[in-house]
Amino acid sequence: MLTALLILFPLLAGLLVFFVKGNAARNLALGSSIIEFGIALGAFILFKHNPNAALLNFDHAWVQSLGIHFSVGIDGMALLMILLTTFLVPLIILSSFKNEYSNSNNFYGLILLMQMALVGVFTANDGFLFYVFWELALIPIYFICLLWGGENRGQITFKFFVYTLLGSLFMLVGLIYLYNHTNVDGLKSWNVQDLYAAGRSLTEVQQSAVFWMIFIAFAIKMPVFPLHTWQPDTYVTAPTQGTMLLSGIMLKMGTFGVIKWLLPVVPLGLEKWGGTAIGLSVVGLVYASIIAISQKDFKRLIAYSSIAHVGLISAGILSANQQGVQGAIMQMLAHGVNVVGLFFIADILFRHTGTREMDKLGGIRGMNGNFAVLFLIVLLGSVALPLTNGFVGEFLLINGVYQYSATIAAIAGLTVILGAVYMLRAYQKIMLGERNDSNVAFGSLAGTDKLVLGIICVAVVAFGVYPKPLNDIAEEAVKTIMLNLK
Amino acid sequence: MKGLLIISGLGILAMLAEIFKFKKLLFPMVLLGIVAAYAFNFMEWKTGMSIPYFDNMIGFDKLGLAFSGIILATAFFWFILANDYFEEDTNLVDHFALVLFALVGALMLTSFKNMTTLFLGVEIMSIPLYVLAASKKKDIKSNEAGFKYLIMGSFASGFLLFGIALIYGATGSFDLMQIRAFISENAATLPLFFYVGVVFMLIAMLFKVSAAPFHFWAPDVYQGSPTLITALMSTVVKTAAFAAFLRLFMVGFAEVSSTWTGILAGVVALSLVIANFSAAMQSNVKRMLAYSSISHAAFMLMVILANVRSNLSVNALIYYSLAYSLGSIAAFGVLYNVTKKGNENLDAFNGLAKRNPSLALCMAIAMLSLAGIPITSGFFAKYFVFTAMIGTQYKWLLIVAVLTSAVGVYYYLKVVIAMYFKKQETEEPIQIEKSNILVIVLTTAATIAIGVVPGIVAEMFKF
Repeated sequence: MLTALLILFPLLAGLLVFFVKGNAARNLALGSSIIEFGIALGAFILFKHNPNAALLNFDHAWVQSLGIHFSVGIDGMALLMILLTTFLVPLIILSSFKNEYSNSNNFYGLILLMQMALVGVFTANDGFLFYVFWELALIPIYFICLLWGGENRGQITFKFFVYTLLGSLFMLVGLIYLYNHTNVDGLKSWNVQDLYAAGRSLTEVQQSAVFWMIFIAFAIKMPVFPLHTWQPDTYVTAPTQGTMLLSGIMLKMGTFGVIKWLLPVVPLGLEKWGGTAIGLSVVGLVYASIIAISQKDFKRLIAYSSIAHVGLISAGILSANQQGVQGAIMQMLAHGVNVVGLFFIADILFRHTGTREMDKLGGIRGMNGNFAVLFLIVLLGSVALPLTNGFVGEFLLINGVYQYSATIAAIAGLTVILGAVYMLRAYQKIMLGERNDSNVAFGSLAGTDKLVLGIICVAVVAFGVYPKPLNDIAEEAVKTIMLNLK
Repeated sequence: MKGLLIISGLGILAMLAEIFKFKKLLFPMVLLGIVAAYAFNFMEWKTGMSIPYFDNMIGFDKLGLAFSGIILATAFFWFILANDYFEEDTNLVDHFALVLFALVGALMLTSFKNMTTLFLGVEIMSIPLYVLAASKKKDIKSNEAGFKYLIMGSFASGFLLFGIALIYGATGSFDLMQIRAFISENAATLPLFFYVGVVFMLIAMLFKVSAAPFHFWAPDVYQGSPTLITALMSTVVKTAAFAAFLRLFMVGFAEVSSTWTGILAGVVALSLVIANFSAAMQSNVKRMLAYSSISHAAFMLMVILANVRSNLSVNALIYYSLAYSLGSIAAFGVLYNVTKKGNENLDAFNGLAKRNPSLALCMAIAMLSLAGIPITSGFFAKYFVFTAMIGTQYKWLLIVAVLTSAVGVYYYLKVVIAMYFKKQETEEPIQIEKSNILVIVLTTAATIAIGVVPGIVAEMFKF
């Protein structure tokens, strides 16, 4: 029931927001997203007491004759993803307070609808329902980018939409193929466990086909090299809040999907092609890091850094061992928080200086020391310094990949070095050195800006110093997943 | 059956209206008549008995009644939409009568039991449409449409008749069930010309549903005809043609499916590729929708190709017809109102979101439904097709379908982008009749409703 509420509440709030005018819309959106976070915390406490509580699951037949159920439930991994989503959405809404959007009620309404779909993706226990939410998440973000994006948004969002939709359709065919092989007392079923069983009953060739069908959808969403070409343009063009949603949460749909809807389904396919997929992930990681180094636009740099990070996450997941997957989950949480922070910093820079080009910036530390400190904390989290939230995940990830192959781990380890290179260089160019442009006067931050950055920095440090509560849940969750893999 | 009689009666009544001067009453009478026909249709469905009429020439079984229901509902919406179309035209009653007779033909097609009824249905439906396509008398494009439609349609009818004759020669019967029985008894000794007959009938039906490579008439006819007639052709006519297709091939010729499935698979692949890539290149929205309708025809053909004689594929086709009809009525309704000034190009939609937000929203939903995005009904329609196809040997068609669907998204989104992103040329808001708004909103709402609760339609058939 609680899970259904988590999905239903943002839907209703979102629909309501469409009909509210002016600033009331954003306040209502912020309020409801905070309430949603409260509900998620409630689910967290409940889960801590009893992970199998009946309240956490909800099942209602949708199309009985086809075995389609509205079946949602919270397990450890879903819980972490929901916490991430519900934690970030209020911040994202709050971060928009200094931007002026026309028809802002639609903007906030779409964000809440997006949240509904994201929570649905993370909780669905029915393959069909998962697909529906997966697709539903695409529509609000498409309109957010199309209506409030930057230059050339028509073409770019279009590429994004078609790219992801194409992947999704392949996934749909793959899922239907699995569904067609399910057999529960003579009937077909969309239940996740039945799909697992159906997937394992297939031959190696069939599993390989299903592996690629489904992986392609996730790979596009993450994105994994060479399917990443939509991503940098979309991230740069989208309005900041759209970019935050895309990189902070939506990207995790892909990695989450691999863990829940790919690994346990086709073990033979994974054995045969997992290496290839890891290879692509690592190639993408190095490639994106190198491109990131040569970027001039800060927002674009973050976009490429995101490809690099997600490449490592993907490699960790596909190595399919406890450390790799657990590290991936931890890194998904950390990356979600950090990348939202970084994009927000890019937005603040742009609002204050009118540019995102790093060469035109410089010496901001001297003008605003607070901002420099906050930026530095988020940045250190992003380069995974020990005692920041990024470290736990990255350490586990490289450990996991190492168990799979030492060579690949060595290459993947480059991400740490290269990440530090481009991030610290960016910091140096933007914050340190001489003022590049005498016209730039970087005043103090607005209250909401400070609040958002402050909360993110607290999260970066807090979960770096004491990751245990989250890590415990992740560890337990991955243990269950590993049982499924055997 | 009562529904068919009522609509026939209405058709005759419409012709009398001019003589006895009750033109004003005609419109409400037609609407009432359709509602009554629908009610009888529903009652017959409830009793669930299939009574043969006229020596088993025609018989409304559940399958026929389901398709009749879709056709009548679509026709009802269409008439409301066409309200002012009838007003501005001088030959009001002729048009009423023609549309109603086309409807009679459509209803016959849903429930024929005999090859002669099939042919009659096809002709009764097509001949009024030839006239209606050319009904903008002073427009050369409309004349061209009518002429082309007539020539191509007659050509297809020729094939149909020839096919029927050959099959009669081989089996000695016009009756669908007797033909079926004959096939299963004499499967080994069927003469070659029987198979030729089946292929001829297949070609004729493919003409009627405008599948590639028999589609060349469709874009010109759709573009040239008055928008509302195009709407009629792409909804009512298409549904009826598919109902006939389904009955003919899944009931009549199921036993010799190896003769026609191969051809059909090629036709589907060709239609998907040609239709979607051509549609992507159009700037005229009506022409684009024409190609889009070919692509949807290919999807519906896939259900027939899957040839699973189960409730699954029948439901799939019924659901697809309904979803497509609803989406099309909404889309054509918006198109009709937006293009009243004569500009049918994509830029007519520019900035529609500012000029009339609710109209733009409805159009966006209709486009998303035609593109097959959840939670609209178009998505479930596609899903059912995929499910029906995945168990067959034609899995490769699914890959073609997926790839071309992505192309499909391209041109549907072009409309959305034009509405929400492009700058409008005029500030002037779009004047739209209340009744039109009602239809557009209702069909859009229904599109979403049967997408959220697909069970109400998709579980209709439980054999």
